[in-house]
Amino acid sequence: MKHRYLACFLAPSVLLAIATTPALAQDTSPAAQIEAFSLEAGRAADAEAGKAFFLASHSGGKPDTPSCTTCHTMDPTKGGQARTGKPIEPMASSVNPARFTDSAKITKWFRRNCNSVLGRECTAGEKADVLAWLNSL
Amino acid sequence: MVRLLTALALGTAALLAPALAGAQDTPPSPEAQFTEECSACHLAFPAFFLPKESWSAIMNDLPNHFGEDASLDNDAMTAIEGYLVKHAARSNRRAFRKYDLETAPPLRITELGWFVHEHSNEVSRAAKKRAGTMTNCAACHRGAERGYFDDD
Ligand code: HEC
Repeated sequence: MKHRYLACFLAPSVLLAIATTPALAQDTSPAAQIEAFSLEAGRAADAEAGKAFFLASHSGGKPDTPSCTTCHTMDPTKGGQARTGKPIEPMASSVNPARFTDSAKITKWFRRNCNSVLGRECTAGEKADVLAWLNSL
Repeated sequence: MVRLLTALALGTAALLAPALAGAQDTPPSPEAQFTEECSACHLAFPAFFLPKESWSAIMNDLPNHFGEDASLDNDAMTAIEGYLVKHAARSNRRAFRKYDLETAPPLRITELGWFVHEHSNEVSRAAKKRAGTMTNCAACHRGAERGYFDDD
């Protein structure tokens, strides 16, 4: 009797606990992201094009942020800094393995930073290219 | 027996409560979201530096945040604005008297009278160079991330 009651009460709570374990932030990998963006773009990623895009000065965005390098520096294996002076960890996944492992973070920063630098969203192709370069260094 | 069953039921309820809450995919607390989202580019400035009118104005123009797009999804925006408003400075403080808080609240902590005054003479050129900008509190104030600024 006692045990049956225990089981009735406990089984659902254990199941619920398992079902509701929050999704881990580390939900993706650089390779998986590059593949997803390439698929969306309908072409393979081009690391050289990503390099040119990342290092270029763009127009159309906000005046204080003409380039990705404004904050991430010309050498992504080194740390950059925000316009406030606060340090930013290196972007190259070889020196910073935490990079490009959280899909919500990637989406958020591409949205913000492409709008700041270019005044528009980046295309899937541009995202694939940039990640391919940053993942090849 | 009855007592045992009641105890069991209560115990299970206690076990179930957090699991049920989790079933709606509870987001982190507003404070945790504030700390996480607002510290990427600068210190998560303590809410008590500005009145609620300032925080609402800032939170409602994130795509144009001091020259950058700092946009957030609506849920995060609402949660963080709520946190900031709740912990804001009192609007009737002397520091804010010269502002029309309804139409033009202060947006920059670094422009407040007391901030300018506190930093006007005593900050050396070397310290300014090290910090880069006056927004980089933690460059000089080691306790800044804990809201402690009296260490100069
Ligand atoms: C105004 C400063 C600034 C500019 C300009 C900028 N970024 Fe960033 N970027 C940041 C900050 C701050 C972060 C978040 C902090 C971190 O991840 O270290 C970030 C994060 C990212 C991330 C997420 C990284 C990850 O680990 O998932 C990507 C991708 C990114 N930026 C790409 C770009 C690209 C591409 C450009 C140019 C179009 C660019 N950024 C321009 C400041 C900037």
